[in-house]
Amino acid sequence: MPLLRIEDLSVRFRTHDGAVQAVNNVTLSVDPGETLGIVGESGSGKSQLAFAVMGLLARNGEASGRVRLDGQDILNAPPKVINRVRAEKVAMIFQDPMTSLNPYMRVSDQMAEVLVLHKGLSKRDAVAESVRMLDAVRIPDARGRVRLYPHEFSGGMRQRVMIAMALLCRPKLLIADEPTTALDVTVQAQIMTLLADLQRDFGMAMILITHDLGVVAGACERVAVMYGGRIRELGPVGPVFADPAHPYTQGLLSAIPRIDARDDELAVIPGQPPDMSRPPPGCAFQPRCAYRRDACDDRPPLAPFAPDRWRACFAPLDELRAGTKAFP
Amino acid sequence: MTRPLLTVRDLRVSFPIRPSGAMPWTRSRLLRAVDGVDFTLPAGQTLGVVGESGCGKSTLARALIGLVPAKGRAEWIDGADLIGLSPRRMMAYRSQIQMIFQDPLASLNPRMTVGQIIAEPLATHRPDLPRAQIRDRVKAMMDRVGLLPSQINRYPHEFSGGQCQRIGIARALIVEPRLIICDEPVSALDVSIQAQVINLLMRLQADLGLSLIFIAHDLSVVRHISDRVMVLYLGKVMEIASSDDLYSNPQHPYTQALLSAVPVPDPSQDPAARIVPLRGELPSPTDPPSGCVFRTRCPRAAARCAAEVPVLAGSDHQTACHFPGPLTAQEIARARTVEAA
Amino acid sequence: MVIDERKMRSLAARMAQAEVRGRSPWADARRRFFRNKAAMAGLMILVLVALFAIFGGQAAVWSNEELDFSVMGQVATMGAPSWSNGHYFGTDDLGRDLFARTVQGTQISLLVGIVGAGIAVIVGTLYGAVAGYVGGRTDQAMMRLVDILMSIPYMFVLILLLVMFGRSMSMLFLGIGLISWLDMARIVRGQTLSLKNREFIEAARATGVPTWRIITRHVVPNLLGVVAVYATLLVPLMILTESFISFLGLGVQEPLTSWGALISEGAGTMNYGTLWQLAFPLFFFVITLFGFFFVGDGLRDALDPKDR
Repeated sequence: MPLLRIEDLSVRFRTHDGAVQAVNNVTLSVDPGETLGIVGESGSGKSQLAFAVMGLLARNGEASGRVRLDGQDILNAPPKVINRVRAEKVAMIFQDPMTSLNPYMRVSDQMAEVLVLHKGLSKRDAVAESVRMLDAVRIPDARGRVRLYPHEFSGGMRQRVMIAMALLCRPKLLIADEPTTALDVTVQAQIMTLLADLQRDFGMAMILITHDLGVVAGACERVAVMYGGRIRELGPVGPVFADPAHPYTQGLLSAIPRIDARDDELAVIPGQPPDMSRPPPGCAFQPRCAYRRDACDDRPPLAPFAPDRWRACFAPLDELRAGTKAFP
Repeated sequence: MTRPLLTVRDLRVSFPIRPSGAMPWTRSRLLRAVDGVDFTLPAGQTLGVVGESGCGKSTLARALIGLVPAKGRAEWIDGADLIGLSPRRMMAYRSQIQMIFQDPLASLNPRMTVGQIIAEPLATHRPDLPRAQIRDRVKAMMDRVGLLPSQINRYPHEFSGGQCQRIGIARALIVEPRLIICDEPVSALDVSIQAQVINLLMRLQADLGLSLIFIAHDLSVVRHISDRVMVLYLGKVMEIASSDDLYSNPQHPYTQALLSAVPVPDPSQDPAARIVPLRGELPSPTDPPSGCVFRTRCPRAAARCAAEVPVLAGSDHQTACHFPGPLTAQEIARARTVEAA
Repeated sequence: MVIDERKMRSLAARMAQAEVRGRSPWADARRRFFRNKAAMAGLMILVLVALFAIFGGQAAVWSNEELDFSVMGQVATMGAPSWSNGHYFGTDDLGRDLFARTVQGTQISLLVGIVGAGIAVIVGTLYGAVAGYVGGRTDQAMMRLVDILMSIPYMFVLILLLVMFGRSMSMLFLGIGLISWLDMARIVRGQTLSLKNREFIEAARATGVPTWRIITRHVVPNLLGVVAVYATLLVPLMILTESFISFLGLGVQEPLTSWGALISEGAGTMNYGTLWQLAFPLFFFVITLFGFFFVGDGLRDALDPKDR
């Protein structure tokens, strides 16, 4: 049985300029212990998907569909239930650690507070457990540093503190929203290694949301590619990267310069990302797609085409495979 | 041999840092943001500058363009030293050196139309041009960078990030500069837009014979666009070499660690087998280590590294290291065990 | 060079395309403002009060200095508001038409408020923008001057001015103008400091745009949002200041009057059964303040980009 099952999840925001459909009918599942990557550009809806699962949508947002975590319905559940779930089963880490750290509280107090509140530990035990957790995220001299304030840590260390805090209640699922985007590559490498180790040690599943295909390739087992609020392709990373089955995935992979090779001109996806308050009809990618056909004016469904692999595209696979560099 | 467009020698930028709660008479400490940088940039070429945050790459850019005071020499092709110029004489060079910024939207004044934004450098440097001509040139430039000239009256917030960066590029090009300093021009853009902007920059460079100083933390992008690449760490040059040479045959341990950490979009490669971890954290730039600034994190550090500052040595492939050369399997293994402990 | 002859021809077609009109941030703000019901109600009130001040005089049967001898001495019984004798708002204690006096007081009060706020906007914005943008010692010197001026108890100075040089409109404006820009200068300086490090200012500096042009073209237009909001809150503040001074009897000189003076008179006689003498000026005073506050709030919401 999957740990997390998202069914037909949609998220929309009411804004001054009309409604914005951020996420459309997303269906996904995450198995225990698995790492799922969600890739997409800004505005693809990848973060809002996570926020909806966590019950953290902005006030003008509303989610519909079904989200079951560990057999329990959590979408639009009452705050009491959501808080309980967030404490025990699922945790989230962000690009900016300061979104989950209170700058005016000592790290020890913030971390202990979580444990006192949710696990009913005494303050002394809670601090000891916090130190253990800071050790686990490899913060040197955790015992000495637990009394510091968040701003006294460097960027990478702050990220570790946030991870330690997220893991305090031993969640079964960790959602990481662009956890390394603001970090330097060497620090990013450390954090990604750390996350992989922790995941193994704690036996938790992880959803890694990122725009960096390199990070996904190194860390994830399966990947979902999102564009315009919908999943375009879903499958194990190996096959998806080697043989992308959606023009967008294909375009993305050929648009990034590689450090291990040098090509003369980068392949380009023409045009601009869609304006989600006025999405194009049918497939949202069709105005930029090299394989566009008349059928694309209707929306292609996300359908399985090989074991474990799904895609939402009308273009025949052969055509996609023949023209790997179809983007001028 | 023809003269290089820009020859930089021993460029230094330091900022006084006042400890918090300091009295007016307390002496402030110096933060050496850029500490003795040397490089030459031939006309028509691209110099990539890479390094992690705090390595001084953005400060270097701002020093070259005169936004922060610097010491040392930066010799332009005509022999003028850009560092010591009076503001009035610098004005003549400001049109030859332009800059493109990281945040496409933030670098455009939200209250001005695209036409006004692009025209501003032209209006500043060529006050003699009639308005109609300025407008025509702006439209031609918009067309050139892939914007519709009919959108000249629109405002920045009506454009997407990639289009805003094109506006920034048009603004830089309108005065026909010879050097463009690009400070992380694509790092705020989405992957699919990044490639468009990189290709545009490279095409414009080839067409106009521009020189670029391309600053980025994304090493893959730098490799793609640069002829030569300079690696900075704590304000000092660690290694500088031609792009292919640097990426295929890095000599400095820092360069090797940096390159190994770049994620590769290839699931068949195991990152754990590739990455050379760096121990510890970046030292404070107000209190850099003695000798080689990298020694505190270097898998190869020896006693000499603490005592003696390494100089940038070599002719074409220059390295500032007492013990240059590829890391051995033993050193890499040691670095990994230190990290895991 | 940049403009290639050969490309010009194909370009010509694209260049000739009709230029699309942009949607300026101001237009966006205006649209949001007009959708804000409270702000629109506030604006309506202000427009009505302004119309009252401008055209109210035409409707008055009496002038503001004429004494109606028929009500004099028996104001409490004869001077009540009435349509028949033309004293719509009744008369004051001396038998002068309160309607005409309210119209005239409204003119003065609005004028004081707008002139005071106007001085604050112009002087304060430029002063603060220059101090913040130039920075360094100039900033230190300019802001210390503001601190010194602020530390002087201004009401005391204002009263002193009016007592020493006599009560006159120009003295009142001068006094209010002297103090009104200080807060504005501080607010604008703070905003300028944060604007100064934005990349578009850096871009202008890098290309060599002269300092004065950067301040007028890049800094000030981006401050106007804050300035506009603060100015709408400043107008009622100025009106209040003037009212207070007039209440003390140091404001405008008879036969001219203002809301403050009228309220003062009305308050003095409220125990004699002539409540209308207090009620009418007070009503205008209160609704105007409300109007400005609502408009200020609406402007803040409309101009706040975070709301988008």
